[in-house]
Amino acid sequence: MFNFGRWTSEFNNWLLGMGMHEGLAIAIECVIIGILLLAVYTVLALFYILYERKLCAWFQCRLGPMRVGKWGVLQVFADMFKILVKELICLKGTDKFLFKLAPYIIITSSVTMLACLPWGNGLQIIDFNIGIFFILAVSSVGVLGILLAGWSSNNKYTLIGAMRSGAQMISYEISLGIAIMTIVLLAGTMSISELVWAQQDAWFLFKGHIPAIIAFIIYVIAATAETNRGPFDLPEAEHEIIAGYHTEYSGIHFGFFYLAEYLNLFIVSGIATLMFLGGWMPLHVPGWDGFNDAMNVIPGPVWFLAKAFFISFVIIWFKWTFPRVRIDQLLAFEWKYMMPFALANLILMAIFVALGWHF
Amino acid sequence: MSDFKTIISEIYPAATFEEGDCLLVNVADKDWHTVAEQLKNDPRLDFDVLTAVVGMDWKESVGVLYYLTSTSHDWDVICVKVLAPDKDDPFIHTVSDLWRVANFQEREVYDFFGIRFINHPDMRRMFMRNDWNGHPLRKDYDADPERNPIPKEDEMNEDETAMWVEEADGKIVKKPGRVFGEDEYVVNFGPQHPSTHGVMRFRASVDGETVKKVDAVSGYIHRGIEKMSEGLTYPQILHFTDRMDYMSAHQNRHCLCMCIEKALGIEVPRRAQVIRTMMDELMRISSHLLSFGCTAMDLGATTAFFYGFREREMVLDIFEKTCGARMSMNYNVIGGVIADLHPDFVKDVQHLLDIMPSRLKEYHKVFTGNIIAMNRLKEVGMLSKEEAINYDITGPSGRGSNWSCDCRKKHPYACYSEVEFEEVLETGCDSYARYMVRMREIEESCKILKQLLELLPAEGEIRAQVPKVIKLPEGRWYQQVEASRGTFGVFIESVGEKTPYRVHYQSPCFNLIGVMDLTCSGYMIADLITIGAALDFVIPDIDR
Amino acid sequence: MEVKIKSMTRDDFKDNEYIDSLVEELNSSGANVMVGSLDKLINWGISNSLWPLCFGTSCCAIEFMSLGAARYDMARFGFEVARNSPRQADYIMVQGTIVHKMAPVLVRLYEQLAEPKYVIACGGCAVSGGPFKNSYCVVPGVDKILPVDVYIPGCPPRPEAFFYGLMQLQRKIKVQKFFGGTNRKEKIEEFFAQHPEERELLESK
Repeated sequence: MFNFGRWTSEFNNWLLGMGMHEGLAIAIECVIIGILLLAVYTVLALFYILYERKLCAWFQCRLGPMRVGKWGVLQVFADMFKILVKELICLKGTDKFLFKLAPYIIITSSVTMLACLPWGNGLQIIDFNIGIFFILAVSSVGVLGILLAGWSSNNKYTLIGAMRSGAQMISYEISLGIAIMTIVLLAGTMSISELVWAQQDAWFLFKGHIPAIIAFIIYVIAATAETNRGPFDLPEAEHEIIAGYHTEYSGIHFGFFYLAEYLNLFIVSGIATLMFLGGWMPLHVPGWDGFNDAMNVIPGPVWFLAKAFFISFVIIWFKWTFPRVRIDQLLAFEWKYMMPFALANLILMAIFVALGWHF
Repeated sequence: MSDFKTIISEIYPAATFEEGDCLLVNVADKDWHTVAEQLKNDPRLDFDVLTAVVGMDWKESVGVLYYLTSTSHDWDVICVKVLAPDKDDPFIHTVSDLWRVANFQEREVYDFFGIRFINHPDMRRMFMRNDWNGHPLRKDYDADPERNPIPKEDEMNEDETAMWVEEADGKIVKKPGRVFGEDEYVVNFGPQHPSTHGVMRFRASVDGETVKKVDAVSGYIHRGIEKMSEGLTYPQILHFTDRMDYMSAHQNRHCLCMCIEKALGIEVPRRAQVIRTMMDELMRISSHLLSFGCTAMDLGATTAFFYGFREREMVLDIFEKTCGARMSMNYNVIGGVIADLHPDFVKDVQHLLDIMPSRLKEYHKVFTGNIIAMNRLKEVGMLSKEEAINYDITGPSGRGSNWSCDCRKKHPYACYSEVEFEEVLETGCDSYARYMVRMREIEESCKILKQLLELLPAEGEIRAQVPKVIKLPEGRWYQQVEASRGTFGVFIESVGEKTPYRVHYQSPCFNLIGVMDLTCSGYMIADLITIGAALDFVIPDIDR
Repeated sequence: MEVKIKSMTRDDFKDNEYIDSLVEELNSSGANVMVGSLDKLINWGISNSLWPLCFGTSCCAIEFMSLGAARYDMARFGFEVARNSPRQADYIMVQGTIVHKMAPVLVRLYEQLAEPKYVIACGGCAVSGGPFKNSYCVVPGVDKILPVDVYIPGCPPRPEAFFYGLMQLQRKIKVQKFFGGTNRKEKIEEFFAQHPEERELLESK
């Protein structure tokens, strides 16, 4: 398999070879990576917006954007230009500093999470021994942004939205964490690159069979709730509280929420890919060497994106099919059913690992 | 009817009677509340439904007409006329404690005529702004736009309400009250809110996510149709009915035409009758499909909405071919219908009837059967049968509370006596029952349409001969039909001129918002939306 | 100047003189090439991404729903992202009668929209008061209280008419100037010169 790490080290050597100081070289690399990261972030978010609009149109017997560019591919760019020039409204009676800070907190948290995802062999920005734990920690920062946005807007709808979101995300984070821990138990590592390499012979979904599949289902449900998407889109339930926590945001501030919402969808799909479907690792079946070699021809990033898009497709499918749940049902579902189930599953996985019942 | 006369004379010897479209009883204001109590509670009379409250200004006096009917004996309607003793400072005793539906109805009368109701708990204006000058439906109302210019400032929330109480010495005093307490957290839904289906406004006092009280503020699309009708000839006022409840355009217009035809004694040709009935049923299908879509969308299942609209477009196509418009069809006219059916009509209806069962199955699959939808709808917004009767909740919402109140069965009109159909009743009393009634009514409407296709005469007159200038004789008429959302009533009082003296539309949706407080209290904010969607009100119908 | 709308030619539109005069007026001041092409890009963006505010008062709102539904599908134009919060919407489509009680609410909604913002009056009632013009409490046309960009007549207008109106709005947007044209600061100063009390009000807070 091609190792993208070669490119990066060659680039590093080239910079150093020009007689550059090591600190300066790292600084230049950081800047380049930062720009690349933001570019990828934007392109992905725009792609996701179009992806969802097209998908939902097809679910609903419609065509979706068609007239801006071929098949509407330029639609999202039009939206982007529009949002960039929209007026930024800052209201009287809001906490101006927090009001303006909130979108940046959310966008920072999702950019950081994006940086942790393994795109290919050696194609990963942040990689250290507690990587998955780091992702979970960073994802919690997003809640802070939502709470701040809701509270600082000085609006009743946003406040209700923020409170709902707080309750929802804190609750579902537990199931999410436990589902991920189940896989960590199986892999015996928290490092993202090691998690991927551990799935070289078979993806964890197949390796851990029963408990892994249960964990996968729990993860997908909890992740849907984490990203505030239907049927768990209560914090921004359009038909109840207008636009939820971002009701008062306009222009690019709203754009940040909008982008982050879609990118979080990619990120949770990416984590699902990493934890259950082997990250960038091609589909390998132990013993079928020819098949494995053929699979290796397809580059890692393609595998990663394809798997992530597939999981996103499932989550979008949920959103456009199911009605929205009510806040008490939402919390009851988590605390009464999902979490105990996830815990039991964790124990099950521990037993499987201890007795070596996995592949 | 003569039985009622003797019984009423027995319990209230001072009563005088007038014959007409229905029995009219004159009751003096000072005795009105006691008489009303007996009318409601006497088992021989048992008038448990107050179908309409019509404020009147007879120039020399003002008063109210109460139309009462009963669930226990054949739905006979009587009318009670109560005059305010003093025209310049009018007061009438309230009956809102007996028939809760009168609560909003009397507020409307207060708004339009300035008649205040003694002991009414919440005497605020219903439709007009608080700072509105005058009472618009009074005959001496000064319509000068200078007096009421287009306001620039928002209306202040009126938390203060008033109650007029009669003291022991007969003096009437004002007792101030409050709608919401000082420290309640009041969330405003509307007038511009995605799921109030228009410009309805609810002010909900919430405790966390739980709704404690709902105050419905109406009038954001009050267009003064009743007043405008007084200045127009009968054929001219027809088009207003299409624009009140635009989802029951045909039924509403049918009702007004029937009322005028009844007054003129016009016999509508057979073919026109069948066509009218078919149009009514098609309209009902279209309305219930929209209602299905909106319920689904308000609950967050957006895709189901598109499926509902897909079939609704087919109904609209049928309308368009025959009537020339997708909405606001203006099809019924006095004496019949305006144009003959399009040649494709029968074929198109047949096609619709053929595919509808499979599509209904699809709806149930995509939305009704969904566990989340069930949990959201079931046991939400409970409304018992007694409450439904007391609040006069007719239509699918009333039938969801197991109250058999279908006008098509009670007073069969047009061709409804000739077709076989089941009055859909559900015993759930919750939002799910109301929703299911609508879905099953689509099936029933299809059944009716199938029979009507066979009854439709191949040819024949579509319009009766009517005089060029339509003048109604002196008198008053009240006519009801089953619109998509409940019993729609038209009241016309004529003094023998080309224009009516007073027209009143008794809209079903107006009663529906009356139960919002009752049904929503104790549920969650999200349930407020569910209940509103399942009651399915159309705002221009409320405000008129 | 030709304003391009995909698969609609100039002859398909009525009222071309109005757009022409608008273009002439805008071009009289002239704009440099850089600003001009940037304007073009932004106008392309705005005109292709018109997000409506969900605002319906009566029958026209139901036709607007049909517009979003599968047969007419306004998503093809990118109009489908109907926002419920006025802060995030681009234009307000007044669908239905506006009565006295609603008028201040509508004005406030308009003021809540973020610039650039547009108003479309849909249906007879919003255009002129329609059948309810003579009523005691109906605003005879929303242009009495709001600056209207496009009028769509009909009672209610057909979905095709909605599209025509929306395309007219696109044409209008395509000739506007975002950078070169109006000077916002000047405009605000002008406003304060006319209403000195507003400035005091602003400063006192």
